[in-house]
Amino acid sequence: MDPPALHIHHVTVRFGETDILQDVTFDLERGQFLAVVGPNGAGKSTLFKVALGLIRPREGHAAVGGKAPLSAAPGVGYVPQLKTFDRTFPATALELVVTGLRRAWPARVTRAEREQAAATLQRVGAGHLLHRSLAGLSSGELQRVFLARSLIRQPAIVLLDEPATGVDFLAESDLYDLLERYQTETGATIAMITHDLAAARYHASQVIVLNRRVHGYGLPEEVLCDECLRGAYGHVGHAHTLLSA
Amino acid sequence: MDLLDLFSLPFMRRALLAGLGIAVMAGPLGVFVVQQRLAFLGDGLAHAAFGGMGLGALLIFGFGLSAGTIIFHEPLWVALPFTLLTALGIAWVSGATRLSGDTAIGVFFAVSTALGVMCFSLIPPDTDVGVDVFDLLFGTILGVRRGDLLFVAGTCLLSLLFFVVAWGRLGYATFDSELARTDGLRVRALEYLLFAVAGVVVAVSALVVGIILIAAYLIIPAASAQMVSRSLIQMTLLSVAIGVATTLAGLVASFYLDVPSGSTVVLTQALVFVGAALVRGLTRRGGTPVI
Repeated sequence: MDPPALHIHHVTVRFGETDILQDVTFDLERGQFLAVVGPNGAGKSTLFKVALGLIRPREGHAAVGGKAPLSAAPGVGYVPQLKTFDRTFPATALELVVTGLRRAWPARVTRAEREQAAATLQRVGAGHLLHRSLAGLSSGELQRVFLARSLIRQPAIVLLDEPATGVDFLAESDLYDLLERYQTETGATIAMITHDLAAARYHASQVIVLNRRVHGYGLPEEVLCDECLRGAYGHVGHAHTLLSA
Repeated sequence: MDLLDLFSLPFMRRALLAGLGIAVMAGPLGVFVVQQRLAFLGDGLAHAAFGGMGLGALLIFGFGLSAGTIIFHEPLWVALPFTLLTALGIAWVSGATRLSGDTAIGVFFAVSTALGVMCFSLIPPDTDVGVDVFDLLFGTILGVRRGDLLFVAGTCLLSLLFFVVAWGRLGYATFDSELARTDGLRVRALEYLLFAVAGVVVAVSALVVGIILIAAYLIIPAASAQMVSRSLIQMTLLSVAIGVATTLAGLVASFYLDVPSGSTVVLTQALVFVGAALVRGLTRRGGTPVI
């Protein structure tokens, strides 16, 4: 039996005196589309950093496809939050996408790399951006370039940290279409942090409601309920309106 | 006197070779300094070199040695490890604390300058300790000696080797250190190596051409190149090219105008910077740089 795509086992992460994650445990089976929801400061990005091997938990451990996080890196595609990107960096979309192949910044791109990057950009609907400077791209365009970078190695698991932040609703809708298509074509596992409960409800096959600890994990219709949301967010606000829209 | 005659003069030839060597090693280094927003690093390490020179000079005086005799034949042998340790100290402090890189640099800058002034003040005037404070601060590119050229050539080879091997990984880590770490790059180790190379390059260059000139070489060509480059490799090559061209132009201009050479090189670099800023400003409406 294959190990789960993502295995999080009693993970606790502490910064100073504060527990960012408390005894978080869950297994994500292969081929699932997971949405991680929770309020700001809930530890969602920290959870991803544990899975990527960027943060070593104080207690517990994580495994990706049965391997330690850093050993699993070649099979993992990661799309960071856009706010971490430095727009003064002189770079083209082609160069950024090629970093996904080389794991180094390219001084010169080979023909094979160029063709692979062009095909991957085409796949995410951004073929026309190949030679564009990153500094001149919109948030939606940048998102596609980062997505292409993460998909160029055909990863078995893709982690996306708030991929729809700063993009308009059409670009957001296209993004989910792309992810679902990629998943159908490759059988990949997708895990996405989002604040959009409606997107979690309609696109994910599994949802985890997190606020330092797990307040709910399972099917969207089971987990996006009053009890779980109130546990994580304190109150549910207009969540019902969003979820029933 | 034509250009060939000009550079047949030994002091001009040595100045040109030293300037070109410094331009070649400071060009790629400056790219990462500018992109990592560590523009203060050149000044900070140059002043660390000043502190180290002061310490070296005091040791020569204290042990009753004269410059050019035995182990401490130059204060550089103290300044070099001192600047290297300062560079690693800055990297450690900015990584281990919440202080920004420039704040950490500022602390080491102030302490090193104070140490240098203290050490030099303890040495009686007219004592030969192998270094002159005024030359160290303001530079004597026309006073470069044959031995200095060996130091510059050695450091140039070392830094070029480092950048040939590590440029791609440094570029990736500079673009997004978190992304680079997810791909297994040892970003902290790369940062320490970059700072160590910066320490050696700045210490040697500060002794040869002065503190002010090396700070300019580290920032102005790279900042000018950034404004008109579309890729990191363009920025790197252009940074070196600007350093080389302004060295040549500055030395020639200073000779014919009979003005200080180091200042002329810096002012020539400033002209290129203004030109790049104008080009960038004029093309910005189009959304992409020109090259």
